[in-house]
Amino acid sequence: MAEPFLIGEAMTGGYGGADILHGCTIAVEPGEIAVIVGPNGAGKSTAMKAVFGMLSLRAGAVRLKGEDITALTPQARVAKGMAFVPQTSNIFTTMTVEENLEMGAFLRRDDIRGTMDQVYTLFPILKEKRNQAAGELSGGQRQQVAVGRALMTQPSVLMLDEPTAGVSPIVMDELFDRIIEVARSGISILMVEQNARQALEIADKGYVLVQGGNRFTGTGQALLADPDVRKSFLGG
Amino acid sequence: MSGAQGTSQMTAQAAAGPGRGLLLAALVAALFFATGMLQSWTLALLIVNMALVSSIMALGVNIQWGYAGLFSVGTMGFVALGGLSVVLVSSSPAPGGWAAGGPGIVLGLLMGAATIAAAVMAAAKLPKGRTRTLGVAVILIVGFFIFRAIFDPAVQAVEANNPAAHGNLGGLGLPVLMAWPVGGLLAAAVAWAIGKTALGLRSDYLAIATLGIAEIILAVLKNEDWLGRGVKNVISLPRPVPYEVDLQRSQAFLDWASSWGFDPITASSIVVRLMYTGLFAAVLLALIWLSQAALHSPWGRMMRAIRDNEVSAEAMGKDVTRRHLQVFILGSAVIGIAGAMMTTLDGQLTPGSYSPLRFTFLIWVMVIVGGSGNNWGSVLGGFLIWWLWVMVEPIGNGLMTVLTSGMSDGWLKAHLINSAAHMRLLTMGVILLLVLRFAPKGLLPER
Amino acid sequence: MDILNALVAFLNFVFIPGLAYGAQLALGALGATLIYSILRFSNFAHGDTMAIGTVFVILLTWGLQSMGISFGPLPTALLALPVGIALTAVLLLATDRVVYRYYRRVKAAPVILVMASLGVMFILNGVTRFIIGTSDISFTDGERFILTAGDFRSWSGLAEGLAIRTTQGVTVVIAMIAVALLFWFLQKTRTGKSMRAFSDNEDLALLSGINPDKVVAVTWIVAAALATTAGTLYGLDKGFSPFTYFQLLLPIFAAAIVGGLGSPIGAIAGGFVIAFSEVMVTYAWKKVVTYLVPEAMAPSGLVQLMSTDYKFAVSFVILIIVLLVMPTGLFKGKSV
Repeated sequence: MAEPFLIGEAMTGGYGGADILHGCTIAVEPGEIAVIVGPNGAGKSTAMKAVFGMLSLRAGAVRLKGEDITALTPQARVAKGMAFVPQTSNIFTTMTVEENLEMGAFLRRDDIRGTMDQVYTLFPILKEKRNQAAGELSGGQRQQVAVGRALMTQPSVLMLDEPTAGVSPIVMDELFDRIIEVARSGISILMVEQNARQALEIADKGYVLVQGGNRFTGTGQALLADPDVRKSFLGG
Repeated sequence: MSGAQGTSQMTAQAAAGPGRGLLLAALVAALFFATGMLQSWTLALLIVNMALVSSIMALGVNIQWGYAGLFSVGTMGFVALGGLSVVLVSSSPAPGGWAAGGPGIVLGLLMGAATIAAAVMAAAKLPKGRTRTLGVAVILIVGFFIFRAIFDPAVQAVEANNPAAHGNLGGLGLPVLMAWPVGGLLAAAVAWAIGKTALGLRSDYLAIATLGIAEIILAVLKNEDWLGRGVKNVISLPRPVPYEVDLQRSQAFLDWASSWGFDPITASSIVVRLMYTGLFAAVLLALIWLSQAALHSPWGRMMRAIRDNEVSAEAMGKDVTRRHLQVFILGSAVIGIAGAMMTTLDGQLTPGSYSPLRFTFLIWVMVIVGGSGNNWGSVLGGFLIWWLWVMVEPIGNGLMTVLTSGMSDGWLKAHLINSAAHMRLLTMGVILLLVLRFAPKGLLPER
Repeated sequence: MDILNALVAFLNFVFIPGLAYGAQLALGALGATLIYSILRFSNFAHGDTMAIGTVFVILLTWGLQSMGISFGPLPTALLALPVGIALTAVLLLATDRVVYRYYRRVKAAPVILVMASLGVMFILNGVTRFIIGTSDISFTDGERFILTAGDFRSWSGLAEGLAIRTTQGVTVVIAMIAVALLFWFLQKTRTGKSMRAFSDNEDLALLSGINPDKVVAVTWIVAAALATTAGTLYGLDKGFSPFTYFQLLLPIFAAAIVGGLGSPIGAIAGGFVIAFSEVMVTYAWKKVVTYLVPEAMAPSGLVQLMSTDYKFAVSFVILIIVLLVMPTGLFKGKSV
């Protein structure tokens, strides 16, 4: 099998104390949606943060387009085309929507208006509220700002840490639709999700993590169909 | 926010243990010994006495900061309150002072207190909204005018009473040693009032608030002439020890001095200072003994638990604000006692000479350099920093004279030599920064 | 009943002095609030930063004066101000490099940074006294008044005079320019926006590729500009003495906290709230009241709420009231 576009391979490590990840592997191809699911405390977010370089690995490697980026800082990974949307505090609340997008494109020196229009096309409500402080928006709209900010760097990989945490089911469906749209434009999506069933439905690839290791891996549909996965993680 | 973050990490350094403490203490003692040998023993004892007082102030700050992580920079205010208590307790009574307006002043102050109490009660009882705002405002405004109507004439009457000598209510004429505990109590009472309002605030806000309160206390001392004669100062406060001239007149003393071959004048001043040293050392040791006992009691352990993790202590059901209030009052009382002792040593109260750099921040430097959380560290810091504070000026002068000796006479040389006096602030800043950076736990880290 | 004279007396003794003082406090508070929101600690050395910045300006002013250069009717110090700002900026950047940067690297608690700023406060205070001594210095020159009381009286025919000192006019105009520049910088420029982003959400700012070292450096430079300007305007208006500047720390922080620590708009509002309260509470209203009430009711006392010596008490009481009623200040500040 050819080298995946982005892979965190056999990652082992934690936040200084005991290891949380034990040889965990996560990979995603261009235009694909990869979803990490699993029970609480399985190390889902930790695996994502490891891929983004927010904790140092004791073993394993992260490679983007075949290049070893294990030693790079998160900021350097942003410059390499990776974008990350944290679960909380993922917008600049005191700044306007438009300023949030501008800050997302801080590293770019070229004209960003085209990208901003793309974001506004993807999330029309943001264009309407462009001059409003992002902190005043509803939960779902804030998540759109957060995703929009991350897209402003024109990343090749978009990483989302529980994008639907705390939003209503309708908003969640809406957000998933948008995420599929982003993936169709050729961007790889790597995302951690609490709502395993809905997330696996849109996933090209699913990773079920348990105690920091891979328990099941497969296409979203395959995992949904797997009776073991259903019984243990999807509530039957 | 915790005062000494990561207390446990630095135990390795503390493990150097009593040896390190003794060594440092010996070094500081050597500084004082050298001062006595090279300059004069009267000077050395003068520095020792103020160092003892400073150590007690540092102990008070250490109780607030080292034990509980309270960032209070109102030290100067409590020092001044201690000084005021000496005037109130032990200065001679002002004939006619009380009769002129004493009751009016007390009534006025009671009225003021009643107004504030009524406003606080109204704020608590009335439903939130415009009525409450209006009600509280009306109570405060009406109360303020009643207060002024009763208070002002009484103050004028008191201040008109023999203004050249008194013009104040006068003291009780009691022995000056009684003023020391009273100073502690006065400081504690004011600390209670401050703590009730300001202790809920975040650490930076508490710092600014206490800085302001210290300035207000000083403003009261400077301007309320009826209280402590303001900037007209109260001099010739009684002493707990004999006067030098009395000793020199005593035949027994003269005989004793000549039997040792001392010059009676030098001997009398040294003996007087040694008596102060004895008194101050006794108070310091008693306070250290008490605070060591408190620090190692369940109460002290709880205080440190709160300091190191306020949130979890609160979750465990500790009443953090109440504990903070206790420790704030205790520390302020200790500072108040030290303030009373200092005014006793000076023999006069001079509100104009109090400045936050000298009486708040310098004490903080002592605590941090000595090692916050460690009582003996505060004492070490008090002695070392006070010695430096006194000696940096002559050392700086000498240094500057040597440095500029090659220069031709001119304004620059004169300016440099004159400015050497300001070296002490600079030195304190450098020492504080060096300690913070390279020995953040201080010379004697908390164990 | 003489409303016009009462109004003029009010303008002359309360409004104009309050306006100038408020502008000076606002500039000081802006610097303090900016440092707080980006570097996340209360800088106790801010008063002394103002002092040393003013010392630079005074020395440069003396230099210009000795060369015979003046600024016409305006104070020469305004010519010296830009260079004074540059020198202060260099000093603050050096201080950051030597002192504060280390604590950022080790992610020290904010209170440790406050302690470090106490050390810097001592040093700056010592250096200020070392350079210029402790006596009061007046360094204003040029035209003394924009409008003299006598001119106003003969123009208006009123009994009360209205005087506007040049330093008061200069203070208000310069403060307005400084505030306009600051807001343009924060709202419209890329660097200014990145500073706001950094203040709002440091982690996300780092994820967006904002360079923290640059943000910190620019913050010190802006703080130097604000502090030096505030100090110079205060010194022109009221004279310079190191101790007074150290004491300005209290009203400046009161202003910043009352407005909402971390909020620039709040700092400005807080500055004026504190300044006007101080002036109004300590002003003897006798004159104004006498104009307003019938002669028989004219007050015999000074009608002064508090003696001027208690001006700190005013800052303090307002501070406590605002904190108790709205803990984050008039304009929602941030809490660390």
